[in-house]
Amino acid sequence: MPLVEIKNVTKTFGKGKIVALNNISCEFLSGELIAIAGPDGTGKTTLMRTMAALLKPDSGAISIDGNDTIKDSQSIHKIISYMPQKFGLYEDLTVLQNLNLYADLQGLNSEDKKSVFDSLLDFTDLKNFQKRLAGKLSGGMKQKLGLACTLLRKPKLLILDEPTVGVDPISRRELWKMIYALKKDNITVVFSTAYLDEAEKADKTMLIHESSILYFGKPSNLLSPLENRVFLIKNITTNRREVLKNASKDPDIIDTVVQGNAIRVVLQKNENSFNLKKLCPGDDSKLEKVKPRFEDAFFDVMQSKDKKVSPLEELLHPFEKSEAALVEAKNLTKQFDHFTAADDITFSVKGGEVFGLLGPNGAGKSTTFKMLCGLLKPTKGTADVANYSLLNAPSLARRKIGYMAQKFSLYENMTAYQNLRFFSGIYSVKNQKEAIDKMIEVFSLHDYVNINAAKLPLGFKQRLALACAIMHQPRVIFLDEPTSGVDPSTRREFWGHINAMVEKGASIVITTHFMDEAEYCDRIALINKGKLIRIDTPDNLKAAVKSDAIPFPSLEDAFIELSKQENEEKNK
Amino acid sequence: MFGKIYALIVKEFITILQDTKTRIVLISPPIIQLFIFAFAATLDVENVTIGVLNQDYGLQSSELIKRFEGSRTFSKVKFFNSHKQIQENIDNQKVLMVIHIDDNFSKNLLSHKKAKVQLLLDGRKSNSAQIVLGYASKIIDQYNSDLAKELGFKPADTIVIPRNWFNPNLIYKWFTVPGLVAILTLVITVVITSLSIARERELGTFEQLLVSPMKPIEILIGKTVPAIVLGMFEGTLILCAAIFIFRVPFTGSLLALYFSMFLFVLSIIGIGLFLSSICKTQQQALLSVFVFMSPAVIMSGFATPIENMPYIFQLSTIVNPLRYFIVIVRGIFLKELPFVEILKNIYPIALIAVFNLTLATWFFRKRIE
Amino acid sequence: MKKKINRIKALIRKEFFQIIRDPSSILIAGIFPLILLVIYGYGISLDMNNLKIGLIIEDTSDDAISLKRSFINSRFFHIYESNDEKKLVEDLIAFKLHGIVKIPFYFSYYMQRPDLKGPVFVASDGSSPNTASFVQNYSLGAWQNFLAQKMVSSGSPPIPNVEAAPRFWYNEELNSRYFLVPGSIAIIMTLIGTLLTALVVAREWERGTIESIMTTPITIKEFLIAKMISYFCLGLGSMIFSTALAILMFGLPFRGSFFVLSIVSSVFLIVALGVGLLISTLSKNQFIASQISIVSGFLPAFMLSGFIFEISSMPVLIRAITTIIPAKYMVSALQTLFLVGTVKRLILVNVSVMLALAFILFVIIFLKSRKRLD
Repeated sequence: MPLVEIKNVTKTFGKGKIVALNNISCEFLSGELIAIAGPDGTGKTTLMRTMAALLKPDSGAISIDGNDTIKDSQSIHKIISYMPQKFGLYEDLTVLQNLNLYADLQGLNSEDKKSVFDSLLDFTDLKNFQKRLAGKLSGGMKQKLGLACTLLRKPKLLILDEPTVGVDPISRRELWKMIYALKKDNITVVFSTAYLDEAEKADKTMLIHESSILYFGKPSNLLSPLENRVFLIKNITTNRREVLKNASKDPDIIDTVVQGNAIRVVLQKNENSFNLKKLCPGDDSKLEKVKPRFEDAFFDVMQSKDKKVSPLEELLHPFEKSEAALVEAKNLTKQFDHFTAADDITFSVKGGEVFGLLGPNGAGKSTTFKMLCGLLKPTKGTADVANYSLLNAPSLARRKIGYMAQKFSLYENMTAYQNLRFFSGIYSVKNQKEAIDKMIEVFSLHDYVNINAAKLPLGFKQRLALACAIMHQPRVIFLDEPTSGVDPSTRREFWGHINAMVEKGASIVITTHFMDEAEYCDRIALINKGKLIRIDTPDNLKAAVKSDAIPFPSLEDAFIELSKQENEEKNK
Repeated sequence: MFGKIYALIVKEFITILQDTKTRIVLISPPIIQLFIFAFAATLDVENVTIGVLNQDYGLQSSELIKRFEGSRTFSKVKFFNSHKQIQENIDNQKVLMVIHIDDNFSKNLLSHKKAKVQLLLDGRKSNSAQIVLGYASKIIDQYNSDLAKELGFKPADTIVIPRNWFNPNLIYKWFTVPGLVAILTLVITVVITSLSIARERELGTFEQLLVSPMKPIEILIGKTVPAIVLGMFEGTLILCAAIFIFRVPFTGSLLALYFSMFLFVLSIIGIGLFLSSICKTQQQALLSVFVFMSPAVIMSGFATPIENMPYIFQLSTIVNPLRYFIVIVRGIFLKELPFVEILKNIYPIALIAVFNLTLATWFFRKRIE
Repeated sequence: MKKKINRIKALIRKEFFQIIRDPSSILIAGIFPLILLVIYGYGISLDMNNLKIGLIIEDTSDDAISLKRSFINSRFFHIYESNDEKKLVEDLIAFKLHGIVKIPFYFSYYMQRPDLKGPVFVASDGSSPNTASFVQNYSLGAWQNFLAQKMVSSGSPPIPNVEAAPRFWYNEELNSRYFLVPGSIAIIMTLIGTLLTALVVAREWERGTIESIMTTPITIKEFLIAKMISYFCLGLGSMIFSTALAILMFGLPFRGSFFVLSIVSSVFLIVALGVGLLISTLSKNQFIASQISIVSGFLPAFMLSGFIFEISSMPVLIRAITTIIPAKYMVSALQTLFLVGTVKRLILVNVSVMLALAFILFVIIFLKSRKRLD
């Protein structure tokens, strides 16, 4: 008997205007690890909440261990545990106080408390932080504490809503160890994630796209049809991005993306009918077969047909070639009271380069980033952009900068047109009306010109935000977590635009904690705990930690290993 | 530079007017306050219920009581039989005043002696009670002079001629509504200013502004101009309501009023900016405005006179621009306040404006860096 | 059952930690009430003891001088004698004087004439009607003293007249503080019960902490009870503190029973809490919750409770609205308990109405509260 039965569940909001879940049906067995994957806004959280009996489905039913979520919600709350996206911790209470609160709420006996707390504090490695206020814990520690609170009494079903968002890779591994360990207690764990690679770890995965199930089943079954169709084009001697452009225009290729120095392609059919030469990668290049991953499957299923090259191609003037560094960070340090957020960070970015700051939340990359944009004044060190000092000539320097904040900071109450007009105004764009019209043209915003930014679909929001950021043709563009939570095709489109700009000579600096996105960069700076660990190309970083234990390292492996080495260096 | 500021101003107007939260704040409190204050806030006393214990059987006492019954102020007169009833009714706040006439009343009057009438008033409402006492005294006076004439005595040969200047009928609304012009202008201006920056911080668009080539001073101007315009617009609205709906006479110079309003608005923008710089969310901003504005309003002379306050508190009102502006508004409405007096009240506002704006600008700059 | 109590206890404990560490609780429950108390206790006053009156006396007769003296002797007036009428008028316009008394040169002349009366003009600043009434009333009083004096000294037979002997029960000195401070205590309890509670619960909705609590076995009733008990204690505590301050620092008398005071306050707090919880349940958003609380809780408590502005003088529609404003009953009960004593019927009526209001509110709250997010 399956533990969880979801039958034809539909959930809408706003009197039917917004469809969050569209006729979802599936079953979960005891002890299974289930992943629910999909980009933001597809209904993952709604599904989690409906399972937890916090929302009532418009039609259909969910039963957990025979209890219906609508009628028997009290009984359900005795056998499930739920960790919402925002932790659910009381930030004004200490670790121990939070544990006590949830223990009492879940009906733990006082005799049991001591032993349960001991084992959980060990499990989460929070023994030394019992008296610390939950609000003062790092992101990873908060998630671990949140998880501990859900495990105070062994539930039959554990529901985790995006448990690893923003967490540093080391903590993320520890969290996964904790989750896997639960299987031996026959606990069913259902977790949601926007990272398709995490979905591969589960026993069964549900891919949700636009509120409907795209796929539900074993990950391997999804990937098996792609077995011989995914390749890396290696040893490209010509321009990597040119090859990418050609590949995206090719009808035999479903999807293509930059991966380090290589280009990853997903072919329609197997390699036999594929001619590599037409992409002009250079004479030494070759195809290397690789294991397919979920993102590839996504494109395979989606089979989306719009393969456009970014129209920015034609629009932008190329910047004058210069070998000089366009962004220079020298000994950047930022101290807040007793806490050093960024410590002596130095790097430079050339024109036509994509540079990434990679690190978990709280590592100091946002702080460094803000100092580079002029949002924070460095305690020590300097930040120069396009040869203007941000300290001495901030206004001039900022005119050369384009900035796109996380979650697209658009003015939600204004229409797309009003947003464009505003940004072109404050950047003193010449020939304002023309510039705005061109952006509308380039990004196909015609239908959305008079619609409030809040109501735009996510993909168009991203386009609008990008348009606003580049209307003044900046030489350097700063992108803060630009594609977190978006679906893969939107992400591809975005990078298409970025690549077009890079080709013209602009410099791009991006921050991300999403390891895969870091692969698109020419060079990456690994930042952890305020320190710069290493700067190098993605491939070199991976090569640096290759060992017998890790024969095919990912960037995440590179990050973890290099951080460890850095720590050991410090302790010597 | 002006292009940038213009773009920001346009954006501010659009977001303010289209943001539901701000719209609610702009519309509902002023309307509610205007009507509640205008209609409910009156220190007038009307529709009072009084009690009478008349132990006298003479004509004179019933004559006197009839006068009370006929008065507009005393809408209901209850007749009691015992002291116990008096006690009960006053204690239970059923009557505000009880007239107690003892059994010697008419006898004394007829024998040309003084007749005492006890007026028992509920001290819990001392202000209203005193006003009621005033009405009662007038009625008694009139009775006295009529009685004297009737009995052939020479009535008093002097008379007090009351003249209530500027507001002959002592209409309370003529006092509150002009005050409201000042108060609502204050509230709207501060709320808009403080919400504007807090909102951007909350939504994340503030960083976008800071990263742009706009200088801090330009951002400040861009944010304050809409607040000034909307604040003065609000002031104008209430002004029109005062003149056309509540029919408060307007005797002074409109120009002087607007000039003072402008300076007043400038003086309080600084406060809004300051609050905005320290509050991270709109809700915090709203709360701070509430907590800090309430005492300022209560102690501005709006409802209770400043000269009644202890000296220390009076001193504290020196830095309250509302105090001066209320004087100006009331003066211009009702008293055709001469220019000299207006000036005497404007220059403190101007000084406060300069001080506040400078401080707020400095603080804002510091915060940004 | 024991588990139920444990759960509620756990939530109350959490609530107290949060209250101590949260700046908005400290602001609303601590700083603001203190400010209010000080303002109402010391700051504002409606007592008109110090009215500035300009006096022009053009007549030099004995009567005129006697009249002048009775004005000067009035304990309510501060007389500024002057010959410059123009200056006095300017001062009246400039808000420097509250009134001008003028005894014209023809005062005694008119007095001699049988068909005329000697006039004394009392001009008041009508732009402040309350003050103006007092100026007129006190002037009448001064004039009456003058008349009485005249009768005594002239030796003429007394004219029969009615003399009013006013007695102000419960507040002989007519200290406006005596009614303002009890009123402010009601406002403070409204602040805590309605504004703070609404804010705090709306914040839990916004921050998402309600989400995770709702998936534990706790029922929504237990959740609400825990919140209520916590803020009830806070409100009662502040009431005790404010009352202590009123009695010890402001010197207010307290003639009722503390026991009854606790009961009345408790009932009022329950109503105020009900309003706060209802607002937060319906709005789930801190900004809107605080707005609505201020407009529907604080404002009515201030304007429509009868503590400054007399309800009977308000238009019918507004008077009708005041019948469902709990602060009205609380203010009446408080003023009575402080200044009169325990007036059984009054207190009983007030408490019953508040209980009825509480009942209605909580029925609505329990109907509207589900352990769901939608």
